[in-house]
Amino acid sequence: MAIGRKEVGHIAALARLSLTDEEAQRLIKDLNAILGYVEKLDALDTKGVEPTSHTLEVTNAFREDVLRPFKEREKILKNSPARVESFFKVPPISEGVSST
Amino acid sequence: MAVPTYHTIRDLSKALRERKVSSVEITREYLQRIEQLDDRIKAYLHVNADAALKDAEAADAAIEKGEASRLTGIPLGIKDVLCIEGVPTTCGSKILKNYIPPYSATVIEKLRKERVVFLGKLNMDEFAMGSSTENSRFQVTRNPWDLDRIPGGSSGGSAAAVAGGMCAASLGTDTGGSIRQPAALCGIVGLKPTYGRVSRFGLIAFASSLDQIGPMTRSVWDAAALLTVIAGHDPKDSTSVPRETPDYTEGLEEGLRGLRIGIPKEYFIEGMDAEVEVRVQEALKAMEEAGAQMVEISLPHTDYAVATYYIIATAEASSNLARYDGVRYGYRDPSATTLRKMYEETRSEGFGTEVKRRIMLGTYVLSAGYYEAYYRKAQQVRTLIRDDFKAAFEKCDVIVTPTTPTPAFKVGEKADDPLQMYLSDIFTISVNLAGLPGISVPCGWTKRQLPVGIQFIGNLFGERTLLRAAYGYELLAPFSERYPDIIRTV
Repeated sequence: MAIGRKEVGHIAALARLSLTDEEAQRLIKDLNAILGYVEKLDALDTKGVEPTSHTLEVTNAFREDVLRPFKEREKILKNSPARVESFFKVPPISEGVSST
Repeated sequence: MAVPTYHTIRDLSKALRERKVSSVEITREYLQRIEQLDDRIKAYLHVNADAALKDAEAADAAIEKGEASRLTGIPLGIKDVLCIEGVPTTCGSKILKNYIPPYSATVIEKLRKERVVFLGKLNMDEFAMGSSTENSRFQVTRNPWDLDRIPGGSSGGSAAAVAGGMCAASLGTDTGGSIRQPAALCGIVGLKPTYGRVSRFGLIAFASSLDQIGPMTRSVWDAAALLTVIAGHDPKDSTSVPRETPDYTEGLEEGLRGLRIGIPKEYFIEGMDAEVEVRVQEALKAMEEAGAQMVEISLPHTDYAVATYYIIATAEASSNLARYDGVRYGYRDPSATTLRKMYEETRSEGFGTEVKRRIMLGTYVLSAGYYEAYYRKAQQVRTLIRDDFKAAFEKCDVIVTPTTPTPAFKVGEKADDPLQMYLSDIFTISVNLAGLPGISVPCGWTKRQLPVGIQFIGNLFGERTLLRAAYGYELLAPFSERYPDIIRTV
């Protein structure tokens, strides 16, 4: 299951990363080396083995569905790179629309 | 200046409450040592001297009124992965360079109630991804025992600061060994509690089924005292377990006699550094002579742990790190003209090489067509690794292994080979996969004066037995007063 230029481009798009050619080349090498190493798991017969997603004894944690408003809205908004009043501002969502 | 006036929290706490010293005096001492040493060690990303002195004044006032707990007035450093309200929190990443958290982590709130002193934020591998702290986007922390070497990672700043006398103790986080490995390489104590024991609210997530917060200290008692405060159920973290948490300093002195110590044969492998092996064997012998019963055990799936970990941890990381999109906080590429480009440019510039590598790997193993072959397979092997430990704990009370296969390596030595770097965590990773508590305790030094650590592994929620064993060993090999030479040069 070797990874090539096309696969790296596809994964980068899924992960919302844009890679330089140099980065892509390096990742092809690294990812293939790491995936080659993890192939050792194939040697284990795991037929019928339940997967472990976490090691907790609890399966769910319920609470009352009540609002607990956070009163420091300004402290949150201050961290935003761009804002308009109490909104986060982002570039146009559609391609081809110019930013104002 | 020389070594710290008080070596441990235990001694300092007593002196504070007996008014032999004030928290302001002690805080000044630590701040001064940071000023004199940290331009060479580079453990701190952010030192908050004014706020620390205010914390110290408040602590002294509480002591004056007789309201002191045993942690009141103790100066601590905090790994920069934990949010402190109003204090820059970067996670070692440029993508969070200007982030000021609007709230504090639960562990920070708990420590504040005890009136500890927060000295500042400690360096780490970006998003806790690394074993050397070389992946920090801001600076490379040096091992105080040899400035040409790494302090371990990802909590390298937390370990170096404690080893270098630049805080009385610190908090770190451990996803695959990130507390225990740097503790071992810097000659201090590092405790990773059971998964679910400590609330992670306010901890910036890396791999959510593995991450755990824990103390990094100069003694086992200190680790127990800090755990006592930070442990416990928190409604804000649904993975924190609603179980009673005792005072972990009680019962430490029950000793090694009668304890069954399991020695897994798979942890004494080829390629292990000869001096590390000698130090660990000496420690085992000393514990046996002190009355512990040695039991040979087997953890047959040990060899699969690193592979399992790098599938599970990267998959979870790729999901957790999707939130860094340049919209609500942190860095944003200012030039992007569309939303999609803004996401891509922000993330590509904001994240460093190792983080991108892991996001790519994690995205791949979760992507359509590969999920079953990689992610599900790894989760199944995780079950086998858990079952190994379950079977082992029927034969023993605590398991003992080396913490790392080698002492601290040189800066740059493994930086270009991710797989070699990953393999340096070979002895610590299984513990996270199985959710168990583990502690690294110093067990000696090599001829080149590099620390060696020994790891104790406990059963699920078995911190008391774990700490009793570690404390029993520490009495046989007490190193809390041993400091690197650099501390005497200033």
